Amino acid sequence: MNLPLSLTINGVRREIVLDDPRVTLLDLLRERLDLTGTKKGCDRGQCGACTVLVDGRRINSCHALAISHDGADILTIDGVARGDQLHPVQAAFIAHDGFQCGFCTPGQIMSAIGMMREGQAGDDPERIRECMSGNLCRCGAYAGIVDAVREAQAGMDESNQRRSA
Amino acid sequence: MKPFDYVRPASVAEAVAAAAKPGAAYLAAGTNLLDLMKGGVSRPDRLVDVTHLDGLDRVERLADGGIRIGALVSNADLAHDADFAKAYPAVAEALLSGASAQLRNAATAGGNLLQRTRCAYFYDTASRCNKREAGSGCDARDGENRTHAVLGWSENCIATHPSDFCVPLVALDAIVEIEGRNGRREIALDELHRLPGATPERESALEPGDLIVAVRLPPAARGFAAHARYLKVRDRTSYAFAVVSAAAALRIENGKIAEARLALGGVAAKPWRARAAEDVLRNVAPTVDAFQEAAWRALTDAKPSGDNAFKIELARRIVVRALSLAAAGTPARIPALPASPFASTSGAIHA
Repeated sequence: MNLPLSLTINGVRREIVLDDPRVTLLDLLRERLDLTGTKKGCDRGQCGACTVLVDGRRINSCHALAISHDGADILTIDGVARGDQLHPVQAAFIAHDGFQCGFCTPGQIMSAIGMMREGQAGDDPERIRECMSGNLCRCGAYAGIVDAVREAQAGMDESNQRRSA
Repeated sequence: MKPFDYVRPASVAEAVAAAAKPGAAYLAAGTNLLDLMKGGVSRPDRLVDVTHLDGLDRVERLADGGIRIGALVSNADLAHDADFAKAYPAVAEALLSGASAQLRNAATAGGNLLQRTRCAYFYDTASRCNKREAGSGCDARDGENRTHAVLGWSENCIATHPSDFCVPLVALDAIVEIEGRNGRREIALDELHRLPGATPERESALEPGDLIVAVRLPPAARGFAAHARYLKVRDRTSYAFAVVSAAAALRIENGKIAEARLALGGVAAKPWRARAAEDVLRNVAPTVDAFQEAAWRALTDAKPSGDNAFKIELARRIVVRALSLAAAGTPARIPALPASPFASTSGAIHA
């Protein structure tokens, strides 16, 4: 079975032919396109390590069939930095020790970027914790993660204010 | 995962024809179905992908004052629709208390209704489960069953329906629009899910090929906007299914309850409408005494299905507390921890 699929991934248009409809978006990224930044944790939609943005919204890529997302615009952790310049959320995770082993970090960062776009959390730590509850960290770096997200959110609010001033 | 054919229909009619064949299943976001397929619990021969169908992703305000939620509207889009949340606050709060942000972004309204139980024995293909394999037995009956049903269960199945969304919807008399081989029909949400009885493998009133195209709330559902809450007890603060939940909605006139709506989640194989409790709340003042009477009525028929007698008392307390919260008034903003009894803004006294 040949299943043609057109995706824009990190700004690059990719024409792909799948030989099997069972391929998840996560496996397509990692195994076929060598975009290994996105991690496979539980592969059951429970840990959030596989979080990517699809058309600007964070989802679990392990529970998405690639073929069903024909035409989508996908942003992964591999595409958020500009050259050597880290994305502000990446920089904030480093500044606040928002990780230990780092395995969940790509998912945490993509989830945080998605959360900031959703605009629901602001810098209220309780709301940030709730809005990030789909990302588990077995090292327990949650305190640093919340601090990093708060700082990134505050930085974004500030730069928005500067732009509108 | 078992191999399957992938079909992407161009119209609802094509979808129904493709899905009516034996072994076919609809695919929407797949947040539950793919999990079931990876575990070998669901083994469809053909997936009919409805996510590219036009016209199913809209929320429409109807001329009669009702609202129509397309089957492909995501849980997140519906919950964050400010007009919707204002008119149906308990529904928005229930949606935001379910799953994680990633799953709510993907999961659809129709898929939420048709998600399967999270009974561990249903998921474990090494266990006996009458729902997964008719007639094989039920290992939950003598297993780890503290979260299982206390209402409407049978010796054949003690699983619960896990949806939060369905609980306020059934309280508000939601209607399900279905496209099938014989055209369009509609049924009350209360009639969509079946109790297990002797046939737990038959979970809903849907026939092969039936596609839920929309969920509708009738005009009267808006009348509860000022006094409507969803309250959900779970084993961790966020991202967990309900141990017990309740949706409570009141229409208060001149200091008395003109009409009450009450439904429970996590207690049965379907969202559990508690009509006997609603009846005792008509034309009485919204007092804790009245709410306690309602709670007793709501759980009159409850009985433990295993190590879960605690859920009956817990459900009574949740009912009293949800009704108390509803009587106090819908908050201007959904709490930071939606539906949580531990929300700093819950504002309720313990029942």
